[in-house]
Amino acid sequence: MARAAIQRRLTWRVARVAEVVDETPRVRSLALSVPDWPGHRAGQHVDVRLTAEDGYVAERSYSIASAPDDGERLMLTVERIDDGEVSPYLTEELQPGDPVELRGPIGGYFAWTVDDGGPLLLVAGGSGVCPLMAMIRHRAARASMVPARLLYSSRTLDDVIYRDELDRDGGDGSGLEVVHTLTRGHPPGWTGRSRRIDAEMLAELAWPPERRPLAYVCGPTPLVESVASALVALGHDPDRVRTERFGPTGN
Amino acid sequence: MRIISRGFRGRRDRTEGGRLPPGQYLVRDFPVLSAGPTPRTKLTDWSFSITGEVDEPKTWTWEQFRSLPTETLTRDIHCVTKWSKLDTAWEGVSVDTLLEGVETAAEYVMAFSDGDYTTNLPLEDLTGGRAWVAFAYDGAPLEPQHGGPARLLVPHLYLWKSAKWVRGLRLMNDDEPGFWETYGYHMYGDPWREQRYSGD
Amino acid sequence: MDETELRLDGNAVAGILQEMFVPELTAARGRCVGCGEVGEMGAQHLYMYPHAPGAVLRCRFCEGVLAVMVRGGGRVRMALHGLVWLEVPQPAAPA
Ligand SMILES: Cc1cc2nc3c(=O)[nH]c(=O)nc-3n(C[C@H](O)[C@H](O)[C@H](O)COP(=O)(O)OP(=O)(O)OC[C@H]3O[C@@H](n4cnc5c(N)ncnc54)[C@H](O)[C@@H]3O)c2cc1C
Ligand SMILES: [Zn+2]
Repeated sequence: MARAAIQRRLTWRVARVAEVVDETPRVRSLALSVPDWPGHRAGQHVDVRLTAEDGYVAERSYSIASAPDDGERLMLTVERIDDGEVSPYLTEELQPGDPVELRGPIGGYFAWTVDDGGPLLLVAGGSGVCPLMAMIRHRAARASMVPARLLYSSRTLDDVIYRDELDRDGGDGSGLEVVHTLTRGHPPGWTGRSRRIDAEMLAELAWPPERRPLAYVCGPTPLVESVASALVALGHDPDRVRTERFGPTGN
Repeated sequence: MRIISRGFRGRRDRTEGGRLPPGQYLVRDFPVLSAGPTPRTKLTDWSFSITGEVDEPKTWTWEQFRSLPTETLTRDIHCVTKWSKLDTAWEGVSVDTLLEGVETAAEYVMAFSDGDYTTNLPLEDLTGGRAWVAFAYDGAPLEPQHGGPARLLVPHLYLWKSAKWVRGLRLMNDDEPGFWETYGYHMYGDPWREQRYSGD
Repeated sequence: MDETELRLDGNAVAGILQEMFVPELTAARGRCVGCGEVGEMGAQHLYMYPHAPGAVLRCRFCEGVLAVMVRGGGRVRMALHGLVWLEVPQPAAPA
């Protein structure tokens, strides 16, 4: 990534909604075209700003779900929080062609590039999969063979975001494994896991601490807190356990 | 140039126009906003003190504090984050009661709390039946996330002045900035004059 | 030669200030005044954001205040007094 781009002062840009894609009943992806997008690293986010007619402003952060390797196309994936202020607007009101203000890319801490290596342990709850998807897509775009595992907790099978893409990627022989766990019921014949992510599950699925995996944990704050402390308790180096708390976003 | 987000209103309810200070909107839930982790002080370790520019400092244990006369009150509260909540029902000890018999020439107060939070107020705004140390909300003990076991309640100022987890009042001759005031919040914080930031 | 002759205007440090404050800072490392632990800014605990004009960054080890930011009234104010130091990697010299 060009350093000059990172050095630039953060400014608000006007993006256009190019396309909307319903991922699950509660989650919609927004493909945005952002003129002069300076590029980003997988895991970074943008701030989105909405302005009402009377000048009232609300700002929220959304992870970039698309790989850095996609040019001026930027994909955000938003989960609707029913009593929320911004997410219902983004998932229900915003239409192709509409402008939306954003600034970014933001954040260097929760970011991964293939050069950072692995093994890569990705742990997600709900929409927390978004920045991790950018990492998975970036890894694939670069044909990286860094061993990677995604442990992904959803409420039900219907709530799994990017399900088809993950099914494909998980079996592509590149060394990516995808493990789902469902917390609120599962379909008949479900052979995957069906409970909240706990220490036992992490002990089984995370690489042993001696392999020094690089862990990225993302989702609702309570899930991130419990997974991060469990990983540290299992002996993982706290400096290699990176977290992105989304706040009280359900799940 | 600002781009208007067509059809975006925000989660705002201005229906009670007359009772809402400028820029505020109505909420029905009770938002939680904290500058740090919620302190969990045991009632046996809790005390409330009046210190600083006084002839004789005063201290109450929880038991002593709870044996003081109490008042119930219903007030509108206004947060600098732009939400207001109408007709909130509290029970507490009036600051007038706590200051009874205190001799002082001080004109300002620093309220201090568990978790090292502080906020400054003119002494005048804490007296004359305008401020309480509240220990119950809506008929139940005040929950920790809302400032329990006890918080200062000064409903005529923005809510950051109503210090959660309050442990005492330090009387001062000169005004000094508290936690948020140091970083640019207004020294007084009158919602009706929209005094959010220093210079407003 | 004494220090009064060597003294420059603060202006001269513009380059270092820009090196420090223009790049992305969540990957910057800082040392906590309270407990001495070193951590990246992005790994610390953040309170009140985005719901309030103020934001408080606290040490993830001791919950001491590292930095406070207030946006409003036409400015952004930041206090960093909870940090003994803050460090950003120096950009590699151009080839
Ligand atoms: C770095 C980062 C990246 C993120 N990336 C994504 C992403 O890729 N996709 C995504 O869907 N989300 C993401 N989020 C979450 C997103 O920023 C919003 O928080 C989310 O969309 C909810 O916003 P909202 O305005 O709809 O809800 P809000 O109005 O913010 O409310 C959210 C919930 O919290 C409750 N709540 C809010 N404030 C309070 C309070 N003070 N007290 C008590 N309860 C309260 C509300 O009732 C509601 O249930 C990210 C967050 C961060 C910090
Ligand atoms: Zn510390």
